[in-house]
Amino acid sequence: MEYFIQQLVNGLTLGSIYGLVAIGYTMVYGIIGMINFAHGDIFMLGGFAALIIFLILTSFFVGIPVALLLLVMLIVGMLMTGLWNWTIERIAYRPLRGSFRLAPLITAIGMSIALSNFIQVTQGPRNKPIPQLVTDVYHIGALTISLKQILIVVITAILLAAFWFIVHKTPLGRAQRATEQDRKMAALLGVDVDRTISITFIMGAALAAVAGAMYLMYYGVASFNDGFIPGVKAFTAAVLGGIGSLPGAVLGGLLIGLIESLWSAYFSIAYKDVATFGILAFVLIFKPTGILGRPEVEKV
Amino acid sequence: MTTQLEKNEPGLMAKAVKEGVFAGLIAFGMFLLFVGIETYQDINNQLVWRTRWGLLAIFVAIAAIGRFLTVGFIKPHLDSRKLAKAKSGVLEISDQKSFFHKHFLKIALLFLVCYPFLAMLIFGRQGSLKYVDNFGIQILIYVMLAWGLNIVVGLAGLLDLGYVAFYAVGAYSYALLSANFGFSFWLLLPLAGILAGFWGIILGFPVLRLRGDYLAIVTLAFGEIIRLVLINWTDVTRGTFGISGIAKASFFGIWSFDVGAANNFNKAWGLPSSSVYYKIFLFYVILALCLLTAYVTIRLRRMPIGRAWEALREDEIACRSLGINTVMTKLTAFATGAMFGGFAGSFFAARQGFVSPESFVFLESAVILAIVVLGGMGSLTGIAIAAVVMVGGTELLREMEFLKHVFGPDFTPELYRMLLFGLAMIIVMLFKPRGFVGSREPTAFLKERKAVSGSFTKEGHG
Repeated sequence: MEYFIQQLVNGLTLGSIYGLVAIGYTMVYGIIGMINFAHGDIFMLGGFAALIIFLILTSFFVGIPVALLLLVMLIVGMLMTGLWNWTIERIAYRPLRGSFRLAPLITAIGMSIALSNFIQVTQGPRNKPIPQLVTDVYHIGALTISLKQILIVVITAILLAAFWFIVHKTPLGRAQRATEQDRKMAALLGVDVDRTISITFIMGAALAAVAGAMYLMYYGVASFNDGFIPGVKAFTAAVLGGIGSLPGAVLGGLLIGLIESLWSAYFSIAYKDVATFGILAFVLIFKPTGILGRPEVEKV
Repeated sequence: MTTQLEKNEPGLMAKAVKEGVFAGLIAFGMFLLFVGIETYQDINNQLVWRTRWGLLAIFVAIAAIGRFLTVGFIKPHLDSRKLAKAKSGVLEISDQKSFFHKHFLKIALLFLVCYPFLAMLIFGRQGSLKYVDNFGIQILIYVMLAWGLNIVVGLAGLLDLGYVAFYAVGAYSYALLSANFGFSFWLLLPLAGILAGFWGIILGFPVLRLRGDYLAIVTLAFGEIIRLVLINWTDVTRGTFGISGIAKASFFGIWSFDVGAANNFNKAWGLPSSSVYYKIFLFYVILALCLLTAYVTIRLRRMPIGRAWEALREDEIACRSLGINTVMTKLTAFATGAMFGGFAGSFFAARQGFVSPESFVFLESAVILAIVVLGGMGSLTGIAIAAVVMVGGTELLREMEFLKHVFGPDFTPELYRMLLFGLAMIIVMLFKPRGFVGSREPTAFLKERKAVSGSFTKEGHG
């Protein structure tokens, strides 16, 4: 039983990270109907930004408090990847809006290849290990919960609350929801659609950056090809929860995290990615709208 | 022209400077951490960092100056040219074609047939090995894969991101069946194609009801599942070690290319022993396979099934209301495409003599799809040109030794291969979203055949 609960805790931690990345996928899909293939690599960039800031801060200020360090890592990482995603949207996606359907997907795939290879070229192909940031561990009975797991879940919860507030209570969120429902009508009613889409990309990237930083903190290593597998898993999460639905993305992320850790614990570690991909295929085939998604009506 | 425009827009230079500075600032923000700072492991295996301000300055300068020139000079120039063209009222499409343009296919084919001998003439026997193998065979494999995928994506409009799975099925069928049962290449080539086609049907059956993007993701998932199974099912596939020592193809069973064999091809013809003859033989095999793919594609387009594919690509709902069985139509396209992937796979295994899951990563699928889309979906010539440019270009990068003299001895051009490939994908898409060959020759027409601009055709909803 303790073993099971332990796996639940691990799955919840992993699921929070996937959930944050999944929001980026689901928002972009909802607003412009495009699978942002490069989002996984934005997540990887976030991890690298956190890594580099960590190295700089720890070498200039020896003995800097961990909380401050983490805060700076997260904030700078969010700004940095937000800037990247904003530029990417401007350069690679916006000119192709209204072009034929495959064009943005192809540029997104190209962007994904370019980003991961850019990091490989500029930072080297080797894995980058960093020392453990947060080492505290709590024992409850036979259960082991580390402080970093708690941190990940708490930071995710705070961000989600902030995010929910932005989308549902601010004029910006209203513009986003309007653009998602009907882009042309929103534009006619005075919503600056281009700006709204840009901000959506920045917000998605900021969440992915936090996820990247926490992924780095959790595993203690960053690599240039970290974007692909977590990216596909997060996308699976978005699809599982129902693409276009924000609560769905979080729910899907948690489910994928749980499934992954339980599968590795009880079946086989080697096939854990097969399980994720299998679920992706299964959900898409039998319930393409996901758990919380709205059914899509095909019109002539 | 520019001066005239400057009179019209007095603020143009100021705007260009402003945009340039802005782009420089953005680039500074973007590259500050990733280019300005390098992380590396020191002798104690500790991660440390050093700054690279010079490189960062170059990146920022390129962004700023590039943006300045674009806004200040290139864009006004292009705009004025477009304006002049619109005023003169001459249509861009003309019926006059140059000799080269008219006979392009014949010239290309003639060149391909002579290519290995030309390479031998120019570079000598050992020197030509690189050109026949790395350029000739490598590019033709991609041409074949892209033409196979073209049936699925270009004709039927189904977006397949897991095409490499069928390539893997073909390669592993040949590797396993020849290693375990000793079947020959010429028996296994069709068999591998049929097996891959079966896999196409098995995988296609449940997923083909899906819409475009979803279909793309499911095919991606299947592609990855097949790769992961190849890695983990070590009893059969030997996992990441791969299968080595795969039998070579023989000259239709008459002559063998194994060095020790009694009926060795080189000995029988009194040629000096060199692997180049085997490579030349393989070159013609893949050339023949490519031509077969092209022939089948062209013929299928004229058959009812091919027309159904293209109709499906244009409008699925209209198709269904006209009584076309969309599931069967999609399935045949999927299976036919998969079959050609299987052919290419078994050829790949015979050529390489070694297969491992490393060769069948998602990146390969992306590269093949990129070639199809960049070439202009549905256009065989365009796809072949795209394959030559993209694959040949990246192969060429390996050869650029002189770059070492420019950038120092640490510079390895191979590292930049995929980076440039990714950037090229983006740039080509931005400037030519319809691919290199954007116009189509319609298969069904009234009275006369007219070129159709690519913007009138669309890629189906899946």
